[in-house]
Amino acid sequence: MAILIDENTKVVVQGLTGKEGQFHALRNRAYGTKVVAGTRPGKGGEQVEGIPIFDTVAQAVEATGANTSLIFVPPPFAADAVMEAAAAGVDVIVCITEGIPAQDEAKVYNYLKETTPDTVLIGPNCPGLISPGKSNVGIMPDSITTPGPIGVVSRSGTLTYQAVHELTTHGLGQTTCIGIGGDPVPGTTFIDVLARFQNDPETKGIVMIGEIGGDAEERAAEFIKEHVTKPVVSYIAGVTAPEGKKMGHAGAIISGSKGTAAAKMEALRAAGVTVLDDPTAIGEAMKGLLEG
Amino acid sequence: MDLLEYQGKSLFARIGVPVPEGKVATTPDEARDAARELGGTVVVKAQVQVGGRGKAGGIKVAANPDEAYERAGEILGMDIKGHTVHRVWIEKASKIKAEYYASFTLDRSAKKHLGMISARGGVDIEQVAVTEPEAVVKVHIDPVIGLPNWLATEMAYRAKLDPEAARGAIGLLKKLYQAFVEFDCDLVEVNPMILTEDGQVIALDSKVALDENGFFRHKDFPEFAKEHVIPPVERMAKERGLNFIKLDGDVGIIGNGAGLVMSTLDVVSLVGGKAANFLDVGGGAGADTITNALEVLMQDPSVKTVLINIFGGITRGDLVAQGVLEAFQNLDLPWPIVVRLDGTNATEGREILRKVQSEKLIPAATMREAAEKAVQLAGGEVA
Repeated sequence: MAILIDENTKVVVQGLTGKEGQFHALRNRAYGTKVVAGTRPGKGGEQVEGIPIFDTVAQAVEATGANTSLIFVPPPFAADAVMEAAAAGVDVIVCITEGIPAQDEAKVYNYLKETTPDTVLIGPNCPGLISPGKSNVGIMPDSITTPGPIGVVSRSGTLTYQAVHELTTHGLGQTTCIGIGGDPVPGTTFIDVLARFQNDPETKGIVMIGEIGGDAEERAAEFIKEHVTKPVVSYIAGVTAPEGKKMGHAGAIISGSKGTAAAKMEALRAAGVTVLDDPTAIGEAMKGLLEG
Repeated sequence: MDLLEYQGKSLFARIGVPVPEGKVATTPDEARDAARELGGTVVVKAQVQVGGRGKAGGIKVAANPDEAYERAGEILGMDIKGHTVHRVWIEKASKIKAEYYASFTLDRSAKKHLGMISARGGVDIEQVAVTEPEAVVKVHIDPVIGLPNWLATEMAYRAKLDPEAARGAIGLLKKLYQAFVEFDCDLVEVNPMILTEDGQVIALDSKVALDENGFFRHKDFPEFAKEHVIPPVERMAKERGLNFIKLDGDVGIIGNGAGLVMSTLDVVSLVGGKAANFLDVGGGAGADTITNALEVLMQDPSVKTVLINIFGGITRGDLVAQGVLEAFQNLDLPWPIVVRLDGTNATEGREILRKVQSEKLIPAATMREAAEKAVQLAGGEVA
């Protein structure tokens, strides 16, 4: 089993008519993902490479039964796009857009919790997710993935690829790989995903990639201690990052003694997690744990 | 972006957060003129993007325009924790009856706005929060609803401000929260928020951190940076839309994605080297982006070698490779470049890199190998 997306996932792409939206939506479709619709107000009735375009997400959902939305619209309109998708009733919203103001993210997060609490928002500022062999929703390079027993969750896009690549080259496939994004208010946290992997019978081991800033990793460590029985391998980026400098991601900043890689690694180790200081050792470490 | 005090106060004034009257000066003469226009006793305050100005001697009182000239002369050019003072803010002196603290920020754990207020202002609030946690009132605010009147009122009363300050404080809190939201701030902080002898509650200081992602709504905000002291290399990177941070090592780093770049710095450190910078070209980098990034690193004399670490997703390996190829053709690159490519179109990218006719291009198969090669080329020993 995969989590969140699988062969039954039907995707509506918000921003399909844009350059990036089109490039990645077609890649997703080529992988086998059911990309059933796109939206762009004013372009309803048109098509992009055979994918029907609708004016609104609600129309797309009604006409095609789409249950997942993939968002590529620019930052000024992205928060609105997330709310539109939630209101249209999709189960999962994957927001790739980078550069959404934190004020908008905070508002959208709370709006979703209050109006459609069961809607899952992945991102924003994330690479999306892939359930190898079943569905790819987002911008992850599918060629590095392969079906198998490992669940991957990460705050960073490219580090997710790095981790998946290490797993695959060590013969370990993945149930689902999820990038939750590097912004201050991610729609989905490590804990949400860890709980799903723990409950998924096909997931035998979990890789969790964190980075400096915030306390999401520390909270995940507490959750792992209490609720996760499967082996967890973790890597935290930003050991050498200086205090007070935003390392690219809006969320990756060490303020005072809070948010350091050292504190996160210690919390995870205390929770029984295998914490690595080299991301290229992830595959080997997981292999050892599963065989051990 | 962290604003200078007077920039923050200009935003406060725009929205109606009460602030003392003042003027900016860059020379002692301007300071004298400003003091004359303001009239009476003034305070001369160093404008630097760092805390602890008062203790460092960067805030001084002047009873008349000539004294303002003198004090400004002392403060301008001063070094405060590595920040040179290029500007002073000349402000009408306030008669302070009590000093408080107020701020709004985002609580990342709770995913709600966090309002803080304390009757203990003018001091290090983080210290107060540790020694007397009950003296700092914290409330969570639902960003969907905003700060309702009753909650601003509760903040003021729970903080046990002087009774005559309550009404003014509630008004200031509401305006301050409005500034926090409307100006897309990561933080607004007033320390001290003061009660004056004539019963006004005003913001005597300002600390404002702007979220640059919100700049599309505030076309004039990028102008603030013109008055900030930014090293030329960082300014150049910023103008080119690159995410760049100068570090103190000698291995130049270019990568895609903040996490991967951070991780590259860590792996360079792990194998015994030290990164000269953090440079994230972001998602969807094209050939131009790579040339841009290499040109930025060429401005930094401490760089001895460059490591390009790309794991393609939205970024395509072939375009990155094209950029490297063009850089070798068009730029006089002063150092060897180790390139590691994986992910989307990496095979095509490696194919393109074979066309580079230079011994200075060193391909690497893995991140660790790339780091080791780069550290060796920088003259370091691989651990």
